[in-house]
Amino acid sequence: MKILVCISNVPDTTAKISFTDNDTKFNKTGVQFIIGPYDDYALARAVELKEQHGGTVTVLNVGESESDPQLRKALAIGADDAIRVNTEPTDSYFVAAQIAHIASQNSYDLILMGRESIDFNSGVVHGLVGEMLGIASYSPVMKLDITGNEAKFAREIDGGKEHLSAALPLVLGCQEPIAEWKIPNMRGIMTARTKSLAVVEPVSVDDSTVLEKYALPAPKGSCRMIPAEEAEQLIALLKTEAKVL
Amino acid sequence: MTDFYSIDDLLSEENRLIRQTVAEFTAKEIKPIIESFAQKAEFPQHLIRRFGDLGLLGITMPVEYGGTQADYISYGLVCQEIERGDSGMRSTLSVQHSLVMWPILHFGTSEQKNKFLPGLASGDLLGCFGLTEPDHGSNPAGMTTHFIEKEDYYVLNGAKTWISNAPLADLAVVWARNPNGRIQGLIVERGMEGFTTPEIKGKWSLRASATGELIFADVRIPKENLLPEGLGLSAPLKCLDQARYGIAWGAIGAAIDCYETAVQYASERIQFGKPIAGFQLTQKKLAEMLTEITKAQLVAWRLGVLMNEKRATTAQISLAKRNNVAMALQVARESRQILGGMGITGEFPIMRHLMNLESVVTYEGTHDIHLLILGAEITGIQAFK
Ligand SMILES: Cc1cc2nc3c(=O)[nH]c(=O)nc-3n(C[C@H](O)[C@H](O)[C@H](O)COP(=O)(O)OP(=O)(O)OC[C@H]3O[C@@H](n4cnc5c(N)ncnc54)[C@H](O)[C@@H]3O)c2cc1C
Repeated sequence: MKILVCISNVPDTTAKISFTDNDTKFNKTGVQFIIGPYDDYALARAVELKEQHGGTVTVLNVGESESDPQLRKALAIGADDAIRVNTEPTDSYFVAAQIAHIASQNSYDLILMGRESIDFNSGVVHGLVGEMLGIASYSPVMKLDITGNEAKFAREIDGGKEHLSAALPLVLGCQEPIAEWKIPNMRGIMTARTKSLAVVEPVSVDDSTVLEKYALPAPKGSCRMIPAEEAEQLIALLKTEAKVL
Repeated sequence: MTDFYSIDDLLSEENRLIRQTVAEFTAKEIKPIIESFAQKAEFPQHLIRRFGDLGLLGITMPVEYGGTQADYISYGLVCQEIERGDSGMRSTLSVQHSLVMWPILHFGTSEQKNKFLPGLASGDLLGCFGLTEPDHGSNPAGMTTHFIEKEDYYVLNGAKTWISNAPLADLAVVWARNPNGRIQGLIVERGMEGFTTPEIKGKWSLRASATGELIFADVRIPKENLLPEGLGLSAPLKCLDQARYGIAWGAIGAAIDCYETAVQYASERIQFGKPIAGFQLTQKKLAEMLTEITKAQLVAWRLGVLMNEKRATTAQISLAKRNNVAMALQVARESRQILGGMGITGEFPIMRHLMNLESVVTYEGTHDIHLLILGAEITGIQAFK
């Protein structure tokens, strides 16, 4: 089985977010980058499936060289080889087109990724890739097993779960508890450098969106505590000051 | 992570991934449980296997014996990140790697290496190192534990004390006088008749690490358990160089954990209407801590480069162990003060680090013994006796 896992390179969840160049560029100074947490679940499940069924796991990132440590980490966790499409990932359509191009050159049985990245959170790349390749895509997938040419999986739906089966190939957007995040072991880290990390140039895609600027949410206002026994005062304040009632 | 001088930039991509990985492991598997094990004075034995699975126990050991074969900076970073959790856990790792596996690799036969190293690397076996005796601590040259030769075996008599991992160890690398009166290493295995390992109870330091004695009463040691290479006191001292190097990094981990706790607490704790971080006296403490941590990091990093190049000397290692452990103790004390009353509770890691570091400043050569090693290096005059 050939599995492709697409990972995003995103700021650590605790990073302080700020912008430069008139709020048009994300300020990367001092920011620690990580594998997108949902992508990390997809990677963990891919490595488990490879251990069960054999085959290969290729890890793919659309991004610049700052993604390399994350690709190396994926190799240390158990991916066999890595591909980086050397370009700034500008929007979901652009990224999906790059992924679809790589996927169309290799016949993967499964294309896994996170349900969404945790920087821009669009959550549409899996669907776009599926459409571009003309194969089915599902998200968010929380459980995944493979028998022969068939995938059995569970998807979260409003208020419950949907159990599905479908023939490979498939594109799946994953989330917990599909697998547990893996910590690479030291041998894995040491052998990661001997595995291939191919850097390829992007295919040209017309801009579908142009970024105008970023904005941070308004800072939190100060907080006033009203004791429970003064509920009337609270109601009055909600009416007169907060004007929410 | 506290890295004021971007020392991360001096590391290789592997070094960085190793540091991050072990940091994640410590956060997930050591920090949440260690306080309760320390309070109960229990050793979290399950962690040995986890260290083994991750490849930490044989971090610099050759792959053919189950090791990771990483460089010395990686070893240092492993010690630092584990000790951000607890000095006792780092002690277990230092002993296994530098004081048990290292002498077997360098002084052992190929049968001994094949028999013991893979199990020690995976965590299936736990080892300990017996040098200190009840009457010979700083002066191991005076040791009296000895063995004599009988037909096809040796007979070992004597006692060792203050031995980390002893109560649970499957084997001990023991230094004793051979029939010619020279110091030589033996591998003593649990179950050999006359060999017992009573635990030392009531410690206020390294409570989550098991410490004990090794008692040898006419223990028959098969001849194949003698370490053939490495005669004289220099052999165990070479092992100590390896372990002390790891301690120089480990202590930084404990210091960083205390410092980061103090910074956070100081910015949240309000007194006299503002965070205590806003008072000059608190800022002085924090600024000095960061300065000392940064200096210690640079010392450790440079020593790591010298270790990789096989150029580090015993005196250079002494300087780093002595400076960095004393620094960590000082940082722990100052951090504890910043936390006020909260500083003495188990809700924060500081008091545990502080108590642990009282052992770290004593074992592997006390603070003053390292000063004498440096003194002898500078002047050429030994001042030990
Ligand atoms: C928790 C713990 C774990 C340990 N684990 C191990 C282990 O795994 N294996 C092992 O072999 N040992 C181990 N040790 C022993 C440790 O290495 C010794 O405690 C240390 O070497 C000091 O020896 P001592 O305790 O006998 O102190 P002493 O040698 O009696 O020293 C007492 C004091 O006298 C000072 N002093 C001694 N000689 C001089 C001198 N010439 N000039 C000036 N001052 C001097 C010392 O600096 C110290 O302050 C451990 C100790 C502890 C506390």
